[in-house]
Parts: sequence; C-alpha cells; structure tokens
Amino acid sequence: MDFSLSKEHEMARQLFKDFAEKEVKPLAQEIDEQHRFPRETVDKLAKYGFLGIPVPKEYGGQGCDIQTYVMCVEEMAKVCGTTSVIISAHTSLCVDPILTYGTEEQKKKYVPDLASGKKLGAFGLTEPGAGTDAQGQQTKAVLDGDEWVLNGSKCFITNGKEADVYIVIAVTGKVEKKGKMLKEISAFIVEKGTPGFTFGTKENKMGICGSSTYELIFTDCRIPKENLLGQQGKGFAIAMHTLDGGRIGIAAQALGLAEGALETTIEYVKERKQFGRSIAQFQNTQFVLADLATKVEAAKLLVYKAAAKKDEYRTNPKISYSVEAAQAKLMAAEVAMEVTTKCVQLHGGYGYIKEYGVERMMRDAKITEIYEGTSEVQRMVISGALLK
Amino acid sequence: MNLEEYKGVYVFAQQVDNKVDSIAYELLGKAKELAAPLNTQVTAVLIGSNVKNLCDSLAEYGADRIIVVDDPELKDYRTEPYAHALASVINEYKPEIMLVGATAIGRDLGPTVSARVATGLTADCTVLEIGDFPLVAIPGKESEQKHNQLLMTRPAFGGNTIATIACPNNRPQMATVRPGVMQKIDPIKGAKAEIIEFNPGFTPNNKYVTIKEVVKAVKDVADIMDAKVLVSGGRGVGSAENFKILEDLAEAVGGVVSCSRAVVDSGWKPKDLQVGQTGKTVRPNVYFAIGISGAIQHVAGMEESDVIIAINKDEDAPIFDVADYGVVGDLNKIVPQLTAAIKAEKAKKNN
Amino acid sequence: MKVVVCIKQVPDTKGGVKFNPDGTLDRGAMLAIMNPDDKAGLEAALRLKDQYGAEVTVLTMGLPKAADVLREAIAMGADKGVLVTDRVLGGADTWATSTTIAGALRNLDYDLIITGRQAIDGDTAQVGPQIAEHLGLPVISYAQEIKVDGDKVTVRRQYDDRYHMVEAKMPCLITALSELNDPRYMTPGGIFDACKAEITTWGRADLKDVEDCNLGLAGSPTKIAKASDKVRKGAGEKVVPESPEEAVSYIVGKMNEKHLI
Repeated sequence: MDFSLSKEHEMARQLFKDFAEKEVKPLAQEIDEQHRFPRETVDKLAKYGFLGIPVPKEYGGQGCDIQTYVMCVEEMAKVCGTTSVIISAHTSLCVDPILTYGTEEQKKKYVPDLASGKKLGAFGLTEPGAGTDAQGQQTKAVLDGDEWVLNGSKCFITNGKEADVYIVIAVTGKVEKKGKMLKEISAFIVEKGTPGFTFGTKENKMGICGSSTYELIFTDCRIPKENLLGQQGKGFAIAMHTLDGGRIGIAAQALGLAEGALETTIEYVKERKQFGRSIAQFQNTQFVLADLATKVEAAKLLVYKAAAKKDEYRTNPKISYSVEAAQAKLMAAEVAMEVTTKCVQLHGGYGYIKEYGVERMMRDAKITEIYEGTSEVQRMVISGALLK
Repeated sequence: MNLEEYKGVYVFAQQVDNKVDSIAYELLGKAKELAAPLNTQVTAVLIGSNVKNLCDSLAEYGADRIIVVDDPELKDYRTEPYAHALASVINEYKPEIMLVGATAIGRDLGPTVSARVATGLTADCTVLEIGDFPLVAIPGKESEQKHNQLLMTRPAFGGNTIATIACPNNRPQMATVRPGVMQKIDPIKGAKAEIIEFNPGFTPNNKYVTIKEVVKAVKDVADIMDAKVLVSGGRGVGSAENFKILEDLAEAVGGVVSCSRAVVDSGWKPKDLQVGQTGKTVRPNVYFAIGISGAIQHVAGMEESDVIIAINKDEDAPIFDVADYGVVGDLNKIVPQLTAAIKAEKAKKNN
Repeated sequence: MKVVVCIKQVPDTKGGVKFNPDGTLDRGAMLAIMNPDDKAGLEAALRLKDQYGAEVTVLTMGLPKAADVLREAIAMGADKGVLVTDRVLGGADTWATSTTIAGALRNLDYDLIITGRQAIDGDTAQVGPQIAEHLGLPVISYAQEIKVDGDKVTVRRQYDDRYHMVEAKMPCLITALSELNDPRYMTPGGIFDACKAEITTWGRADLKDVEDCNLGLAGSPTKIAKASDKVRKGAGEKVVPESPEEAVSYIVGKMNEKHLI
C-alpha cells in the first residue's frame, strides 16, 4: 500500500492549486453574494482541459485518471464550492454515463465537445415527488415513430440552464418484477434548445450560490429515437451507477471545503490576538484543530480510496465501487460540516462576517450532506451491502 | 591578468537625452569615498552623442577625470555600441573598480561588458566598501588574505537575505548599484576635471539593433505596488474629502495615496488602493501610515516597507509596533504642515 | 523556426524564505517553481509556436531535480527539454553560469533564444546578456512585447521612463519581463505526457568550446565573503510632540537623516 502521490499527481495538484488561487478564489465571494454563475471561470476550465480530465484522449479528453479528477474538484472546493460542483456535475453526471453507456455514435457526437468544455453537461433525475426514491419518477417518455416524446419536470438540477447536454431519466413503461408492477425507467440525452424543453424557476439556495440550479420542464419535447442512452429499461441502473461516480466527486468537494476552511483558520488563529497572545496559543484552539485535521485526513483517505477503486473499475468493469463511494461521501460530507462549523467558531465574530469566507464554506458544506444521495441514503447503501 | 596594472575608481555616467541621470552623481559620490583609502582618482566615463557639455556637472559632483566617448552611433542607448564603448575604455585604461547604475540601461550594459572583458559583476549593490577578502584571514594562510578589495553587499532572495561579494582575482571589480541608495556630494561649483576624448571606432555589425521608435511613457494610473512612497490613510482620516490633505502630501513627496480596509468599506477610496491581507502587499521606500490603527491584517500588507512613518492620535495603536518613526498627534494639524515643510525642504535642496 | 527558452528552477520567495538552524537557506522547505520572468519568456515562445509552428526547446542548468521545471514547461506545450547538470558546474556565479549555458546552446539550432530578465533568487539580470555576449548574438533586454516577421524580430524594450521599439535580425537573444504576458497553465493531460517525455541530459563533457577554468565555483570570478539573513525590524521610535510644529520638524529631520526627501 503506497500513500504517496505519483509525480503526475503531484504536478496536477500544484496546477489545480495555482489555478484555484489565481482564477477561482478572487471570484468566490462575489459570485456567492450575487448568486451569479461564473461563466468566465467555466471558459477557463474549458481552456485548460479541466472539464475532460478522466476522458480518454480519443474522445478529446485529457486521458487522466479519476484520482486526478478528484484532486481537481478538491482543489477548486478549497476556494470555491460553486466551481467544484460545476465540474463534478458536468464530469461525473453527464460525461461519465455517456462514456459508460453510450453507443460509439453517441460518444463521438457528444463527448469531444463536452470534454473540451465547448459544451457543459447536466443530469436530471430528481423530481418534486422523487428525490431519494427513484421509483417515484413521474416524467414520461413515449416512443412515437422515430422520436421519444418527453413530458414532466425535473428539479434542483445543477448546471441547469447553463448546460448544453442533459442526461434525463424518465419512465418508459411498466414491467413485472417478482409479481409487482414496477416502473420501467430509461435514460436519455436531451440537448438544450430542443422544442418543448424549457426551464422553470431558479432556486434561491443557502449555499453554492453561484451554481445554477433550475427546474427542467418537458412539454411534448421530441428527441430522436437514437438519444436513448443505454438499453431501454436500464435507466434506473444507469442512474444509480452514475450517482456512485457522482458521489466521489461530491466527496472530493466536501473534502476540499473542509481543507479550505481548515487552512484559512490555521492562518487566522496564528494572527488573531486575544488577551495578549495569538489564539493559536490557547489549548482549546490547538485541540480543536488537531481533531479537525485528523478527521480531514481520514476523509481524504476514504475519498482517494474510492477514486482508486473507480480507477480499478475502469480497467475491470466487473468490480463495484458503490460502497467505497458511499463511505467516502458520507464521511467527507459530515467532516466538512463539522470542520466548517468549528472553523466559523474559531474565527469568532469574524467567522460570521462574509469577508473571511468561512461562513460561505459552512453554507456550501451543508449541501454535500444532501445532494447526490443524502447521508441517510449513503448509510442505506453501505448497510445494504453489509447485510445482503 | 596583472591585477597591479588596474588603477582608479570608474563610474559609468549614465545620460539619457543628453541629461545626466541622478544615478551618475550618486555613483560619483560613492566612488569618491572608495577612492580615498585606495589613494586613487575618480574617473567618469561619459558615453553618448554630443554630450561633452555634461562634463562640467560631472566634475562638480566629484569626477577628477572624465573619459568622453562621443559618436553619432551613441545617440540613443543600444547595447552594442555602448558595450563596445565601455569595454574599450576598460581595456584601454584598466580601472580597478567599475561602477554602473542598476538601471534598465546599466543592468543590460553591465553584464554585457563584464562578459566581454571577462570579469565578475555583482548586481544591485546597496553597500560598497573597501576591505579584506576573506573578511577574516584563514589561520595559517594569513598571507593569502587580499587587502583593498571592493566588498559589494546586495540583497537576494527577494530581499530576504543579504550577501557580501568580492571579486579578488579579476579586474575591474564591477558592480551595478541600486539607484537612490548612494549619496551625492554637495556639488563643488566651478570644479574642473581632466577631460579625455576617446573613440574606439564604431562599425555596425550583427549585434547592432535598429531603434524604430522611442516612446516616452506617461503613466496614467498609479499602481500602489510600484510606488516608492505611499501615503496611506485609515479610518482616522475621517472622510473622503479629508483625503485631500493626504493627496497633497503625496504630491509633495512624489508618492501615491493608498488606504486601509476601513476606508474602502466606508466607500472613501476604491479597492485598488487597499493595502493589507485582503488588499495589496506593498514594500515602498517610505510608507506613511496616517490615521491607521494597524490591525494585523493591514500590517501584513506593508510591514516590509523600508521606512514606516506613523501618525496616530492613539498612543497605544498597534501601528506604532511596526513603525520606524511614530508620532502621536492630530493628523489634521500635522499633515498639512508636513506637506508645507517638505515642499520647503525640497525647494531648498534644488537651489 | 526554432526557439530555445532558458529557464531556471527557483525557490518561491513570495511566501518568505525559510532558513536552516545554521542560517543557510532551507531550499527543501520552499516550493520550487519556474522563475516568473522565464515563464513569461516560455509563454512568448509558445505563442510563436501557436502562430508559426515554432519548435520550442527548454533548457535549464541545475541539480537533477531541475528536470521538474522542464517537465512543467513540456506540460505547458514545449516540445523538448534539455537539462545541463554536473557536479563540476555547482556554485557557479553569473559568469560561470552563462559560460555553461552558452556551451550547451552551441549544440542546438536556434533562431531565437529567450531568457527571463532575472531570477527571483538572485535578482541579477546578468545571465541573459552574458549568454548573448558569449555567443556573439545581439541582445534585447527587458522585452514587454515580441513580434516576429520573417527573419526579423521587433521588441518593445522597456526603460525606466520610456520604451524603444527595437528591431533585430535573428538569431538573437531576448530577455523577457514577467509583464510580457500571462503564461498559460499546464493541462492535466500535458502533465501525464510530460512525465513520460524523455529529457536530454548533458554534463560537462557535452558543453562545446568551454574551458574548465570558467566553470563552477572555481571558475566564478565573484566570491561570497558573507551571507546572512536580513534582520527583521521591530518597533522603532515613538514620540509624543508638544505641538504639530514639533511633530513636523521631527518627521522632516528623520527623513533628511535617511535621505528620503
């Protein structure tokens, strides 16, 4: 077992760190306050290939591994939660399922533009009545000649309205399974601009405020028959498997938020003086930081282990990384929440003020316990594997 | 190389547009100091086109002798004809010490010439003195210690370290010297120097470049990170309007106005001018902290300034912990009078 | 067209310098980065590659680990890397360094050599012009803008209060200012390729037309007599004058003493 990073990974880490410091951090506070999608940042991410990191070169990607992608999300999250989720939703939830389940034609048609960042991707599973419970899906797709006709809506969609390519999960019929009638669920690729595909209201969120979260509305939206992704009826499995990958991205985001808050706080406590000495000299500060740093390190190991497992899967698709991803996300998200909350506390009054950034990290951290499967869902996944 | 043949302290008397640059006088001042223990002369090397009229002022500032290389090829600075001129002077007259200003010209000319005459060059010196090398003789090798060496001290690693360097086995001992550090002498009116005209001949070769255009720059927006002097105001200034007194002082000292975070938050000044952790980090020659309490976040952005002068009415303000010169008092009374006093002082010096 | 960019791996002095207990520089504790002026020079070369398909070779002199900075340059888009490393080259001053690099450059074809104006560890700005001198090339220092047209290069050369538009015939050497451009980042895929790329490594024996007496510490005309950490200053003086006049005369007095007026 080797815990040291390779030369490639060290250099990539430094690249992401520099980029985050110079290009992302200066905008973090502004886009949060203005609830503005950082299009200029996305253009820069695209320019340097950050939107196609784990994509093979033959499809216009960078040809790197999941570990590299995870470090990219992590380093962006250290300075800006919004930017990290834009990358994660695009890569894990849109590019990855097309690469995994798409036909050669679909891959050739969509992946190069997504990997180069010319186009941005999104993923629509959640509905007003179906969040964690995917069987509650109401959006329907009906085959009419050479076209699928979509009706229904999806909510809380990250990169909504800003993305060009959407993976949409919809009900395509009913199937009998162990004597029960279940919904048959399939996955589709829908392009922005397709007639009948519109956007609802923008969500006004607590955190990741620069991220564009919209409702997707389908009203007799007709897409070509060949836009079915994977086999008909396999949509639920595709969605679940996609979320397994997505969770690694969100775990990396949570890890980055925790690390960013911790780094900021370590700097702060060394400078902030109370009662004639720096607050770093108080044992309470020292012990709290020691605990937080230890938890961050534990989360990091789980996140990197999940990334390694997914890298292993990419050469051997028989293995599963579902449990590792769930554990990484559960741990990293809860650590992020604890670390950011305690970092705000260590900042005292300044922690509650926007200029110091830790309150933003705390607000951003909360979503990591909720989206792409709440912490409770992660526990279900993990215990399900234990007790099967 | 017979080191004994090399005599005299030489100065490259930089001129631009037939005006002697201040650095030339500063170098002459230093050269005079160095020449005394060496018991030698100070020679200015004046290179340009139609520049002979500049000799008198060089003499007044301390040159005993002036070597003039005057040629039409030398009108505007270009590396090659200038390097040829200075290297030829060195080869012909064999100076012991050759000082060049660490200007945008000198930092190009110096290295080119040092490579041509095959000697060492120490860049951006801030202290020059005559002494022994090694500084302390190695026990048992006392006879190997060299005396009357030029010891050149310079900052390195972004000003984080200082090193003293010697050039014991090659001549001339060459240094570029940071502008504004050495002191000019008070000019001796009517002083005359021996003038030698020297022309090594200028035949353009592949190294001659063509100057297509000369554009004299006018800086429109002052960047506080480039400013040599910053007049920085804090909440204590009281209002946007009252920054006028700081602007007047900045004009008098040839500086730029900057401010603390409180000032930006109050909307008195734009964020561009903010010094500190969430603003810019500056290291000017002089930093006036006026009505600034000196929160750690502010200090982090300015503590590297060479000289910090603080004016604050609160005797316990933390700014006094980093200030070189702290004055407890009312800025509204002190600043306008300071402006007037500095103007008067400058007028006195120019006469 | 062929461009060689000379780059240097330097400790990042931005976050302050770290020292060993014995007062020597703790290079290991500082991040090693590509010197900023050199990086601008590399970016200028990469733009010539984008525009004219120039072949860009990066060359550095240093310890074996300086190969990292070549890999970084390749990850940004450079085609080839050359590392000049040899024990006998250690401790070189600018004269010995420029002699060494010139000896390496004599093995390469080039139309243009670009160096940074100065490195942030030494801040001397000497090596670029000295290389040009050793190779008998025209030098244009302090470049703020570089344009190539046929076999000519036009450079905006910065001075203290002006700039010159200067034209030179190639081959020539240009020293770049960091304000020349905003260097591009590496790409993640570029990093993976760069780590696999072959780096040409040259030692003393590969240097052309260079004499031993001009190399390394022994071949350096300048010698360090003393080096020390800059003393951090603490609080200075504080006065409580009776009147504004007294305050003003105190400040003016101090400024005169320090020659600040």
